[in-house]
Amino acid sequence: MANAIEVRDLTVAYRESPVLWDIDLDVPSGVLMAVVGPNGAGKTTLIKTILSLIKPAAGQVRIFGQSYRSVASSVGYVPQRGSVDWDFPTSAIDVVLMGLYGRLGWVRRPGRSERAEALAALGQVGIAELAHRQISQLSGGQQQRVFLARALVQDARIYLMDEPLQGVDATTERTIIDILRTLRSLGKTVVVVHHDLQTVSSYFDEVLLLNVRRIASGPVSEVFTEASLRLTYGGRVAIIRDAT
Amino acid sequence: MEHFFNDYTFRTVTLGAATLGAISGALGTFAVLRRQSLLGDAVSHAALPGVGLAFIITGSKAPLILMVGAGLAGWLATVAVLAIIATTRIKYDGALGFVLSVFFGIGLVLLTFIQKFPNASQAGLDSFLFGQAAALVEQDVVTMAVLGGLALVVLVLFWKEFKILSFDPEFANSLVLPVRWLDLGLTTLLVVAIVIGLQTVGVVLMSAMIIAPAAAARQWTDNLGIMVLISMVIGALSGVGGALLSTSTSNLPTGPTIVLCASGVVIVSVIIAPRRGLVWEQIRRTLQARRLRSEAILLDLFELARKHDSLGHPHMEAALKIMHPHASTLRRQLRSLHSKGLISLHSTGAWALTQEGINACEKLLAKRVS
Repeated sequence: MANAIEVRDLTVAYRESPVLWDIDLDVPSGVLMAVVGPNGAGKTTLIKTILSLIKPAAGQVRIFGQSYRSVASSVGYVPQRGSVDWDFPTSAIDVVLMGLYGRLGWVRRPGRSERAEALAALGQVGIAELAHRQISQLSGGQQQRVFLARALVQDARIYLMDEPLQGVDATTERTIIDILRTLRSLGKTVVVVHHDLQTVSSYFDEVLLLNVRRIASGPVSEVFTEASLRLTYGGRVAIIRDAT
Repeated sequence: MEHFFNDYTFRTVTLGAATLGAISGALGTFAVLRRQSLLGDAVSHAALPGVGLAFIITGSKAPLILMVGAGLAGWLATVAVLAIIATTRIKYDGALGFVLSVFFGIGLVLLTFIQKFPNASQAGLDSFLFGQAAALVEQDVVTMAVLGGLALVVLVLFWKEFKILSFDPEFANSLVLPVRWLDLGLTTLLVVAIVIGLQTVGVVLMSAMIIAPAAAARQWTDNLGIMVLISMVIGALSGVGGALLSTSTSNLPTGPTIVLCASGVVIVSVIIAPRRGLVWEQIRRTLQARRLRSEAILLDLFELARKHDSLGHPHMEAALKIMHPHASTLRRQLRSLHSKGLISLHSTGAWALTQEGINACEKLLAKRVS
């Protein structure tokens, strides 16, 4: 199986201290991969470096064997919900339309077919009826769905999502997981920064355990072990195995 | 009433002030939404040495020459702020304050220096401090309109790019849009907007013309395009109002008068705008509190009746009074529930739930469980 993303010898540093240290990572094509690790482990930094938003101090990232710039249109991005000002004067559908700005090219405005696409994506995440609602009047879960819809209209082959399940209600979580599975069945590759260790095995195929260094990565059944988790979280973790 | 100014002055001042207000209103919208209001302040203060140097070098007071000088200095200040942030550990606010005061200080020194020039034509440069609408001539207004018009054309052309840059620059970056160039472009447009207003409003208060119309406009709409339009109208009206007031009443400085007009609009907007305004907020809160109170009374009647054989079992007001010590509002709430047909008044003076009231209670309880 070809790799969707290949990271080699990646080191990222803000000022002096490294945030990511010598990361090697292969993300196989067509999998759902969780990125887990404690706060400050560099999860968001890794996503942003793959997206070329952060310049690494050393190492490189290849997507389908190419640089990010040349395959950018095949990569969808769901940033953390808290990264924008939700009081911005715009509506849900307008935010979703932004996912098409890259494809539209300069000066051209989104037209009727783009609006139809955006509306369909909002329908896919179950909030089509909120399309014209001002974004500050959406709940946290609905805002997260808007971000997901914006990534869906990108019609990408790889999706990078930063904590899409952070602080959302149970219904939204189910909707998002369903969409992730749909994406996988369409052959897409999805990398998700995730914080809930309990759900890693039920939601994801692969996992990356990260704490500045790569602790382990691979199929969940092989690498998501108590020993590697202890290494990742420094022994301060208790895993409650499901009794079922 | 004194007809202090002839038609020409009147027209020039009105057009000039309207132009500057509209342009700063449009670009100010983006500055406010991007939390760059203070950058506007730094740019306008930093423009002063540019005005002085342009005059010293060329000996001319042509509006375009002074505006180019002001623009270059303002632009240089922006670059300086960004360079300080990138290379030192000084934060954004510190860098802004530092650059603003250094540039403004140099500007004041230059103005004093120019005043000692032997030729008389230097008089009037100090009007750049607080602005002087009466000094506007046709040539100024034409220059302002052309520059401002160009800025608006660029804004409209790259509308969606500037929109995504303002809302989510990182996402824009992930689409490989040239975020740094867009940022530079939008900041340059802001510099143009500021430079256009300097002669009329003055460097000291020009930033208010960037912030105030946009802040007021935000209160009235949730749509970026409409916000820009409202902001332009508010800016233009404040400009005209302030310029005319200061021109008709001698000795009123133009800048402060315009800014007071704009600030008046902000205050009114913050208070009365629908949904975002303070009055609206207060009304909403009061209504919500009243609704919650009346729901509580309804549910209490439901609870009381549940202990009897029928949910429509009546209870005296006294029983409810124990549960709701604020007697005066209790009476009012009961009457309002009665008028909605949720409760009925028995001949004994006791209140009972109607079928509609019972339905409402069940719906409320179901909502609380889920």
